[in-house]
Amino acid sequence: MSPGTRRVVLVPALAVLAAVIGAGLADLPPFGHPHSPYGDLLNRVAVPERHTTNVVAATVFDYRGFDTLGEEFILFCAVTGVVALLRDQTEDTGQGEDEPQNDALPVVLMLAFGPCVVIAAWLAAFGYLTPGGGFQAGVVFAGVALLIYLGVGHRHFVVAARDRVTDPLEGLGAGGYVVVGLAALIAGMPFLHNLFGPGETGTFASGGSIGLLNWASAVEVAAANLLLFTHFLGAHVAPLVRGGGA
Amino acid sequence: MIPLQVTAFVLVGLGAAAVVLVRDPLRQLVVNGLYGLVLTSLFVILQAPDVALSMLVVGSIAYPLIVLIAVARVRSREREGAGG
Repeated sequence: MSPGTRRVVLVPALAVLAAVIGAGLADLPPFGHPHSPYGDLLNRVAVPERHTTNVVAATVFDYRGFDTLGEEFILFCAVTGVVALLRDQTEDTGQGEDEPQNDALPVVLMLAFGPCVVIAAWLAAFGYLTPGGGFQAGVVFAGVALLIYLGVGHRHFVVAARDRVTDPLEGLGAGGYVVVGLAALIAGMPFLHNLFGPGETGTFASGGSIGLLNWASAVEVAAANLLLFTHFLGAHVAPLVRGGGA
Repeated sequence: MIPLQVTAFVLVGLGAAAVVLVRDPLRQLVVNGLYGLVLTSLFVILQAPDVALSMLVVGSIAYPLIVLIAVARVRSREREGAGG
């Protein structure tokens, strides 16, 4: 396509896009007043009904729990696909000589290890009371494992994040979510119905199933990210380091 | 809109432009990290802490790592190609 033809195609397309975006922007509610019927309803009923002080968690793991189930399995399938493609190339021989040369780096990173584990656990455990939740906690858990890689090298990271550990954990996370949903069915209620009662507002024992589903997704996200990191690092970075390139 | 929100919005606009204008992938990754931090601050200022946390973990852990690995891989290919 010549530049002239491209311009002929581009200009009308840009005009249409600008018109659509302009119309959308013109109809936006005024800044700071994003009131929608659904949002207002949830803000009103979530705390009295579910006794969770974080309405986002109540929405994600209860009112819209089925959507989150779908999202969990999107991640599960995506990671399964990536691992299936990369597993053959990965050589987890653990023979690498990629120990960090700097003495201070491992110390600093290992000092960060403990606090980071606590932050991740807090995000997961109190996700339905304060901001946080399974997704964020899972990524932080996986990030904490990366500190091992950065601090003491690939050899130890491979030991810490073996597929023998992360594979079952990923299944446990994704399957656990379904099991909590099925438990409600067995108890004669709709799938993913909130079991165990709402508990006392603002305490650890509030929200019923929300806490369990929160932990299930934390485990799933952590294991999925760890699997991704392990296989990307094993297939793409460890060979470079071992080869002594650059 | 209070001045703090205006500041945050302006910084997000500048940060986004900076990410696009930096052409070197490795530098872009660093600039993108800073942009993620600015965006996280904007979400906190707009009182959306859950979204801010998601942005923080994706912007500072998941995304940089994957891009870093991709850059390392491509560079090593280029070296192999150049060195024979």
